[in-house]
Amino acid sequence: MDVKPDRVIDARGSYCPGPLMELIKAYKQAKVGEIISVYSTDAGTKKDAPAWISKSGQELVGVFDRNGYYEIVMKKVK
Amino acid sequence: MSKTLSIVLASGTIDKIAAAGVITSGAVANGIDVNIFVTFWALMKFRKNDNTVNKLSYDGSEISDLVLSKMNEKKIQSGIEMIRNAKEVGNVHVYGCALMADVMGISKDDLDDMVEDIIGVGEFVSMTESSYTTLFI
Repeated sequence: MDVKPDRVIDARGSYCPGPLMELIKAYKQAKVGEIISVYSTDAGTKKDAPAWISKSGQELVGVFDRNGYYEIVMKKVK
Repeated sequence: MSKTLSIVLASGTIDKIAAAGVITSGAVANGIDVNIFVTFWALMKFRKNDNTVNKLSYDGSEISDLVLSKMNEKKIQSGIEMIRNAKEVGNVHVYGCALMADVMGISKDDLDDMVEDIIGVGEFVSMTESSYTTLFI
């Protein structure tokens, strides 16, 4: 991934619905165009977060399997 | 106009309060507003100075100790904390039940700051008229 996130949320160790809620909070604070990345060790987030991103009409940059955690990256488009 | 989900939270066991917290989180994530009416045992757990023991429902009594120790070990957020977090993400309104507050001599100041007001059931039920679902937990 060659996109540098404007905001990184480290929600590793937090369980459902923690990481998703942190992502939404960051999204609310972010300006349009910002890239937000969330780290999560919770398996549910891998599906939950992309589902929220697509439902809310934002852009999913990608879901990356890092060493022992997932990184979900989104762009706030509206 | 956004949709509204209403929850009557009467149980004071941590599994039931967690259920309310998780559902409230899921609702606000979907842009759904939530009204929560906290009554009976749950109202006792929403007291600021509550120091009662955290228990699970009787349903799981055989494995309560295991579940409680896992929840502590993994530092799982309490349902009350989940509701507090959900309030930061969406429109969540928490009300205390006037009947139970009267029974126990509880005032609004005795309750967690997230409780907006103490209201009667009539007012709460009138709020549920426009809800697409009302849950009793």
